[in-house]
Amino acid sequence: MTAVQEVPISAGGNPIGFGSMKRVEDQRFVRGQGNYVDDVNLPGMLHSAILRSPWAHARIKSIDTSAAEALPGVIAVLTGKALEGIPRPSLLGDNFAWMPTLSYDTQAVLATDKVRFQGQEVAFVIAESRYIAKDAVELIDVDYEPLEPVMDAKRAMDPGAPVIRDDKGQTDNSITDVHGHKTWESGNAISTAEAIARAEADPNCVVVTQEVMYPRVHPAPMETCGSVAHMDKVTGQLTLYTTSQAPHAHRTVYAMVAGLPEQKIRVISPDIGGGFGNKVGVYPGYVLSILGTIVTGKPVKWIEDRGENLMSTSFARDYHMTGKIAATKDGKILAVDVDVLADHGAFNGVAQPTNYPAGFFHIFSGSYDYPDAHCKVTPVYTNKAPGGVAYACSFRITEAVYVIERLVDCLAAELGMDPAELRLKNLLKPEQFPYTSPTGWVYDSGQYEKTMRVAMEIAGYDELRREQAEKRARGEYMGIGISFFTEGVGAGPRKDMDILGLGMADGIELRVHPTGKAVLRLSVMSQGQGHETTYAQIVAHELGIPPEDIDVVNGDTDQTPFGLGTYGSRSMPVSGAAAAIVSRKVKERARIVAAAALECSPDDLEWELGRWSVKGDKERGKTIQEIALLSHSSLELPEGVEGHLDATAVYNPPNLTYPYGAYICVVDVDPGTGVVKVRRFIAVDDCGTRVNPMLVDGQVHGGIADGIGMALMELIAFDTDGNNLGGSFMDYLLPTSMECPSFELGETVTPSPHHPIGAKGVGESATVGSPAAVVNAVMDALAPFGVRHADMPLTPSNVWRAIQGNPIRVDMAIE
Amino acid sequence: MEISMKINGAEVTHDVEPRTLLVHFVRENAGLRGTHWGCDTSNCGACVLWVDGTPIKSCTMLAASAAGHDITTVEGLEKDGKLDPIQQGFIECHGLQCGFCTPGMLMTGRWILDNNPKPSEEEIREGISGQLCRCTGYKNIVDSIHWAAAHPAENEVSA
Repeated sequence: MTAVQEVPISAGGNPIGFGSMKRVEDQRFVRGQGNYVDDVNLPGMLHSAILRSPWAHARIKSIDTSAAEALPGVIAVLTGKALEGIPRPSLLGDNFAWMPTLSYDTQAVLATDKVRFQGQEVAFVIAESRYIAKDAVELIDVDYEPLEPVMDAKRAMDPGAPVIRDDKGQTDNSITDVHGHKTWESGNAISTAEAIARAEADPNCVVVTQEVMYPRVHPAPMETCGSVAHMDKVTGQLTLYTTSQAPHAHRTVYAMVAGLPEQKIRVISPDIGGGFGNKVGVYPGYVLSILGTIVTGKPVKWIEDRGENLMSTSFARDYHMTGKIAATKDGKILAVDVDVLADHGAFNGVAQPTNYPAGFFHIFSGSYDYPDAHCKVTPVYTNKAPGGVAYACSFRITEAVYVIERLVDCLAAELGMDPAELRLKNLLKPEQFPYTSPTGWVYDSGQYEKTMRVAMEIAGYDELRREQAEKRARGEYMGIGISFFTEGVGAGPRKDMDILGLGMADGIELRVHPTGKAVLRLSVMSQGQGHETTYAQIVAHELGIPPEDIDVVNGDTDQTPFGLGTYGSRSMPVSGAAAAIVSRKVKERARIVAAAALECSPDDLEWELGRWSVKGDKERGKTIQEIALLSHSSLELPEGVEGHLDATAVYNPPNLTYPYGAYICVVDVDPGTGVVKVRRFIAVDDCGTRVNPMLVDGQVHGGIADGIGMALMELIAFDTDGNNLGGSFMDYLLPTSMECPSFELGETVTPSPHHPIGAKGVGESATVGSPAAVVNAVMDALAPFGVRHADMPLTPSNVWRAIQGNPIRVDMAIE
Repeated sequence: MEISMKINGAEVTHDVEPRTLLVHFVRENAGLRGTHWGCDTSNCGACVLWVDGTPIKSCTMLAASAAGHDITTVEGLEKDGKLDPIQQGFIECHGLQCGFCTPGMLMTGRWILDNNPKPSEEEIREGISGQLCRCTGYKNIVDSIHWAAAHPAENEVSA
């Protein structure tokens, strides 16, 4: 089955439905006419800068802002103490110094008692220009009493470790979720332990244990976070231009934080320069720009610099995982148990559904058929930046895929079995779907073996293995790595998925104008995915209106219906479904109008793309454009039928969708320098129906680059004094065009049975699936040295040390 | 201090602080917001524009140093309402997603072709290696520049 279906082409040259189509949004971007938040300039607008803590853990003894306040051009300087003095008529505390996080924790807007990570917000300067604001920050004098920082999660667990969250009256560094749990378990602990014990006692079985660290990384979109807030004192209207992947959810949070009436808050996400989860959280900077406009009565702009972005906004991963995999000696997987120590930083600011405090990590049992799985996640506070679910991770499925795919490769090495063969032996079979995993997820559809074989075919897998054997004989180190992943995306069913009590359903609105042109209003928010193009294609597919006749609006809460936004690959599975459903409502309205015009019963009509006609008399019919005009005309409609075609819908998904894929990476490793060259990367994704295959490929390309970056280069490390060692692009290395090969893509298409158009979502697939393929390839290359595992990032020095038997410990702070 | 420079062929003069960066002069004073700022450390290339026909990272140059010089920004690529082939190439080959790195990539891509009309993949990759893109994984950017190389005089109207 191919994704390219035969669809009619519009007068504008576009598919009236699914198919590759050039993007509408590119017209402004290639002209430099995008409108990002730093491009927003309002009359009288003031600028701002944040003073951040140089210490990871310190008591604030005093703050002297007098010199900063005296600097010409400075309008105001806010500190935590000042915020404590602003009464807040809200549901969530009585002053502005603290705000709620998306995980029911609290986070300091500006530090009052202590600073708890390097880069934490301490004071906020509002000035006439950005340059003056930065100057004033330098003039603020803070007297700190340094405290011992807790820079790794294991240290945080020590009974004698310094307590980070004494503000909450804590006596240790444990994290308690909203349900009162301090650990998060899934699967069957007893049956899994028994299965592993049986395997350990059975000479025909093996049990492989491996500790794997998914180190702290950062999504680092090209555009940093920022906002422009403007409070109109007369009307009480707050307008916030902001880098938000979830403008509606943010509006509700601001209503709660600021105690402002929600109807008076308008959140506008203009063009967003990449999100990747970095722009899901509500950051102190956004709140400070709001407080700034309230205090000054003028618009206030806050734009992070790159160091601030890397050091203070949502990090990703920091999962210390120990996995056990049991199998028979002929390679049948029996059970997997994973124990995780999760570093959440100084505030539990993780953005994920309330009932899933470890995100969707519990899907770690992967793409394989075995009965027993269990995991336990123990979260802790450390003196690092808060955040946790970011970087296109599909709510921590990245970590889950990484641990299971590393374990399967370690098992293959232990058994002396080809890792492709081992996977093929254990992959779920098509007839097993819908499949309930050992941890309770219901996978919707898949043809795993087929997808795996397409990837092996593109790669020329057997030939690669022959090449590898020849090279090894010559002392050259080539590696072939496989990753097979399954994601659960499109959060989610409202009955058990919410964020801060907001159910994860999404609204949509479709207006069809009298001339047959349409406007679709989305709750979700593009950060580059191309919603303005793909959503028009969905309407075109359903209604036969050419995509160039459909405008798509997103990012403005005053112009769009409520919904939870774009992250976790949820746009297409949730809002894409809503777009199809709202179009079908319009189609049914059009049927009634057409029947009235044709003087027949609606039941006598049949639909072909873009037209209702009389069954058996195709000549008698009305196009959707004709019907649109009729719906606004004096045509008499049946009793009780409204005019116009406009419709709204709210989509509450019945289940997640489960995109999956098979990835193969080929690397060459220079054992003398430790340099890894990614020679080839083959990605075969099955994301169900592909609305715009060109854009699907684009999403996959970007995710593979992310995976190569994380596997080989990216790391937010800390030293034992608490210094962030990844606070600039000089230190936090991102892949360039030189590290990325020209990717080779393939596809299989297994539609989701419960999604109206069968689409599954693909935004994060490659970021989730690719790191394991790269690491598995490098480990495969290093197998002759007896290396079974080394943690990411596999930098030249790390690879070289792994060859020497001493890989870098990325789970510990650097001495 | 008063600084004058030619931007996209027009003379621009503003009274600014001596420490004003060229990227801020172009964005804030000249009001040309297609040139972006992304990193502070000359790593990302979102701020690439041309000074006298050569791509530079405008976050690392003082506006004062550019005084009297000829600046070209992404807004200067389109001529007489027709997109430059490099702009068209990025549309044709899906060479952009969020669009934030795009202006810098376009300026470098145009410069590569001006100096090497038939670049190899390797030459293109090396040419853009000082600029970061987080969305595309670079493959389609390379393809876009190749498209422009193959269509030097065409401005195929894109839907």
